[in-house]
Amino acid sequence: MIKTIKKVDIHVNDEGYLTDFSQWTKEIGEEIAKEYEIEMTDKHWEVINWIQEQVKTNKALSIRGIKKSGVIDIKQFYALFPGGPLKVSTKIAGVPKPKSCI
Amino acid sequence: MGKTKVRKMLFILSKATIENVYAAFIMANGARMEGIESEIFFTFFGLEAIQKKKLEHLRVATVGNPAMHIPTMLGGLPGMEALATKMMKKEMEKLDMPPVSEFLEILTDSGCKLWACKLAVEMFHLKKEDLIDDIDGILTVGDFYARADQDNTHLLFI
Repeated sequence: MIKTIKKVDIHVNDEGYLTDFSQWTKEIGEEIAKEYEIEMTDKHWEVINWIQEQVKTNKALSIRGIKKSGVIDIKQFYALFPGGPLKVSTKIAGVPKPKSCI
Repeated sequence: MGKTKVRKMLFILSKATIENVYAAFIMANGARMEGIESEIFFTFFGLEAIQKKKLEHLRVATVGNPAMHIPTMLGGLPGMEALATKMMKKEMEKLDMPPVSEFLEILTDSGCKLWACKLAVEMFHLKKEDLIDDIDGILTVGDFYARADQDNTHLLFI
């Protein structure tokens, strides 16, 4: 599927996750965040950077991993990305939706 | 911002075997991860999962569990439960499943509410200090139903 964000055509899957990370920019992340009524702050970006780093190094994302991340605790994570934090944050980060059940 | 049609999942955990406790925890955590509210009501043996002294000693049932593929007579031998439990915990660790105490922390941090059943607490002669500090309270069945009295709420008995 093609989605146009800020006049740029982006490849996404049927759930709206980017299928080609090379197309990701901070502006695109910001626009996706707006769909969830999230105004990105430095703390949001810190989490997004951490998530992208994890994916780059092939580490599985989970809520337990967030707890151990040292970047953010679970309570804050839910507060920053309401409505399913891992689902929402990975979409903003331009990485695939995590497949783990935990 | 919850956009899901299911708004709230309420779990009633009545058993203390590892497989049942984890089923409830994984489902309740999974709900939160999808932006769905979740709560767990611990009743009868399910209360063991929130008792400070017992929660790290939950076990797999080796007797009366055909899926274990152990003959019932063998399943009853001393040490069988401990062995099966050890093996299962090892497999769970491989999948990065947290131990019970850590899982309870994750649940409360995620906003999942944990309730103890008043009747069961009285029946087992438990005091508030026997239970983990993180529980949200001790409820009657009526209180719990009141929490379910909303649109798009589901109750699940485990």
